[in-house]
Amino acid sequence: MTQAHFGVVIVSHVPELAKGLVALLKESAKDVPITYSGGTDDGDIGSSFTNISQAIEENTADEIFAFYDLGSAKMTLEMVMEMTDKQIHLMDTALVEGAFTAAALLQGGAPLERIMQQLKPLTVK
Amino acid sequence: MLTVENTTTWLVTFTDKITQQTAYLSELDQAIGDGDHGSNMARGTTAMKAKLENTAFTSVSELFKVAAMTLISTVGGASGPLYGSAFLAMSKQAEASTEDVPAIIKAGLEGIQKRGKAERGEKTMVDVWAAALDALDTNTLTHHTIEEAVHETKHIQATKGRAAYLADRSVGHLDPGAVSTGYLFEAMLEGDIIQ
Repeated sequence: MTQAHFGVVIVSHVPELAKGLVALLKESAKDVPITYSGGTDDGDIGSSFTNISQAIEENTADEIFAFYDLGSAKMTLEMVMEMTDKQIHLMDTALVEGAFTAAALLQGGAPLERIMQQLKPLTVK
Repeated sequence: MLTVENTTTWLVTFTDKITQQTAYLSELDQAIGDGDHGSNMARGTTAMKAKLENTAFTSVSELFKVAAMTLISTVGGASGPLYGSAFLAMSKQAEASTEDVPAIIKAGLEGIQKRGKAERGEKTMVDVWAAALDALDTNTLTHHTIEEAVHETKHIQATKGRAAYLADRSVGHLDPGAVSTGYLFEAMLEGDIIQ
């Protein structure tokens, strides 16, 4: 398989939440590059600029759908987005439903336009 | 006018105030938020202070940038990107001029608003930044005006941030971000920055 162009990044305040969601996504999207950032640098509940940067840089894809749980994760993600060369689509969807939809569609080879179309009704933030 | 020296003193004094009031800030946040404002800010500013004291800066702009990046990387809560965005914007403005202090504060306020999307009157740190800027513009920034601006947030119903979930139950509580911002401007007053 050629290297995937699109990837998924999950950002949650809680390490277990991020990790658990990735396990769920992998069930339906085993070939999609998925990385995550959960919690602070110390593994506490919160957001980490370093961990989020790492999740984005370590993802082998150049174009990324980023999903988050709450506002401060979004703000930290936005700061990372301003400092990376990768193209990031920051999605304001329900975290689990949005990430699952994107990952499953990417696994099926759906084009960007169709993924965006299906994510739109899942916008909650 | 800002210099590397007085800006360092300003941010170190800010750190010391946060460190002294860590428990109080977290207590305020327990009432209307997630309870970690004090510990988050203490962790972030302590890391910032260490960086400031161990780096030889050649410009105020560079100093603010390092302060911003340290806070963004270490705070761990919403205040990280908010204070970080303020200091980044102040770094950019300080590159243009370090003479015009109100212009630097204005840039900081705009940085916060760009990141957090809060307007004045929503019971957030923006209320104190905006009041401090007004006072700087009219040369009336005193401990009293800062205290007044911080206290004002007590009567407001939160419409931004975690406290917004509490709706009218947020009334009667000080906003923790407004209180920590109060310390920032108190530290500025004590730092021999404005005449």
